Amino acid sequence: MSSVPVSWYLMLAALLFAIGTVGALTRRNGISIFLSIELMLNAANLTLVAFSRQLNDHTGQLVVFFVMAVAAAEAAVGLALFIAVFRARRTIDVNRLNLMRG
Amino acid sequence: METLIFLIFAALAVASSLVVVIHRSPVYATMSLVVTLFSVAVLFVLLGAPFLGALQILIYAGAIVVLFLFVIMLLNLQKEGESAGRRRGQIWVAIPGALIFIGMVGLVFWRAGAPELQPLTPELVSLKGLATALFSDYLLPFEIVGLLLLVAVIGATVAARRAPDAAEGTGLPPREDFVAEDTARKEARS
Amino acid sequence: MTSELVATLLKYAVMFGVFINVAPIMNWVERRACAYIQDRPGPNRVGPLGLFQPLADAAKFLFKEDVTPAAADKLLYLMAPVLALLPAFTTFVIIPFGPDLTIDGRTIPLVVAPVDTGVLLFLALSSLAVYSLVLAGYASNNKFSLIGGIRASAQLISYELALTLSVLAVLLPVNSFRLADIVAYQQAHVWNFIPQILGFFVFLVASFAETNRLPFDLPEAESELIAGFHTEYSAMRFAAFFQAEYTNMAALAALGVTLFFGGWSLPGVHISGVLGAIVGLATLVGKICVCMGVFVWIRWTFPRFRYDQLMRLGWKVLLPLSILNLILVAVMTLAGWL
Repeated sequence: MSSVPVSWYLMLAALLFAIGTVGALTRRNGISIFLSIELMLNAANLTLVAFSRQLNDHTGQLVVFFVMAVAAAEAAVGLALFIAVFRARRTIDVNRLNLMRG
Repeated sequence: METLIFLIFAALAVASSLVVVIHRSPVYATMSLVVTLFSVAVLFVLLGAPFLGALQILIYAGAIVVLFLFVIMLLNLQKEGESAGRRRGQIWVAIPGALIFIGMVGLVFWRAGAPELQPLTPELVSLKGLATALFSDYLLPFEIVGLLLLVAVIGATVAARRAPDAAEGTGLPPREDFVAEDTARKEARS
Repeated sequence: MTSELVATLLKYAVMFGVFINVAPIMNWVERRACAYIQDRPGPNRVGPLGLFQPLADAAKFLFKEDVTPAAADKLLYLMAPVLALLPAFTTFVIIPFGPDLTIDGRTIPLVVAPVDTGVLLFLALSSLAVYSLVLAGYASNNKFSLIGGIRASAQLISYELALTLSVLAVLLPVNSFRLADIVAYQQAHVWNFIPQILGFFVFLVASFAETNRLPFDLPEAESELIAGFHTEYSAMRFAAFFQAEYTNMAALAALGVTLFFGGWSLPGVHISGVLGAIVGLATLVGKICVCMGVFVWIRWTFPRFRYDQLMRLGWKVLLPLSILNLILVAVMTLAGWL
């Protein structure tokens, strides 16, 4: 029997998710926002694995597998977009990337 | 023993994620993300998913974060300057919002008690069970994720390349012209 | 619990003892072999046959002045050599070095970390080697270091794919990630490099690229970009990179001989007990030495690849070859030949 309650893992995941959200909302640098999004994805993965252990089911671990693959794809495409945007506008400060505003 | 490992790596994960979110320099934030990913990988192993822990290091820390570092260095991102006045409002909303979220989640778990983790069964930890489930029940999502990765590769390649008719080239003439130019220059001099 | 911990520490001490000696011995071997190939004596002043040359080099590294560039990013600059040593000294924990020992009725597998995810853990930890290169290049505040660092890390991640796929092909007939199972399979059948010669070739070329050895050592060559990513490192920090490179080579060689050449086992030799463990360790070390000799031989025989040739080889030649190898091995396994 493990001596760490499952709620501790879930609290930790919630904490990481909240920190990631704060980062995604408050940073100006596009890459930093991306890093915070990866943090949120990791928090979700931790929740999934904790529940997979608690319910003794493989499904959670498999979903994490897929989430990792999707996160990799998203990071690749997102960073490629950042490169393209940087070439055009010479900045990735999200405050200044406001061509579609208004 | 397990509690000790959990506490150490949970504290490490929280501390490094705070550094990721707060630090001005993108490179330091990325390296802190590596530390966070490592701690989460250790927690995965504690939770009976060693395969996912190894995959986390291989994919996340070994490939995705390297990609981040590449792009940071390619774009030569400097440390973030002082936040403009407009951002102040967002910080004042985001941090209390996060605290309220944590408070709500904490309240839920406090009311629900502290259910112990179920003991680890060999079927959960074994790779065979995971692989069997992946290739039988979840074959369709597996194939779709493969297709998604292919699309992402093509998309990333297309999005990041220079436009075919870009006005700016690489700045150098094509290779063959070097010789012709060189000869022309030598003849002009003599 | 404590006895297991003690056993693990002892095993790690044995493997560490093997791998920490790699750098000084390889230093001597490299210089003598290079000299022999280039038809000159090599180091022969310091001790008989120049055998104390590594000691002299170590003394030199210890006493050299440690210069830190003024505008370098201090924390990252100091961290990069340490990060280089991290994958080097953690990857060999999954290499088995002998048959299972049975002491007091308890079976002790002769692996430091007998986990289910053996090879995957090796690949995961060795993929962290990229960080030291790119951080060393970035933190040196030097254009040439940065270019060298970026080139080195791009090279590493490109060849990691071919390496992983060639390793995956070996796992197909064995149905397990554990290296002990792979060695047992090779003991029961034939050494893996015979049916999977294509995979072995891809693994060999990819491991040259992974360890930044000639013909793929553009990022750190002395005549290219000054010294690439470790231009600004002197004395003990450079020695750390040096040590990390050789230990990485040895770890990858250990993986290669375990996957393709039977690891600690010799065909027809089945000794058990402590004697079997010693024979197994000696066999493994012998095979690693042969592999390192091949590394050195190829280094001083081939010219260097240019960077675009290197990337073309990695993506357009090795990756399709490794996928082809995977398909071939899958077909052979299904047909029952493997």
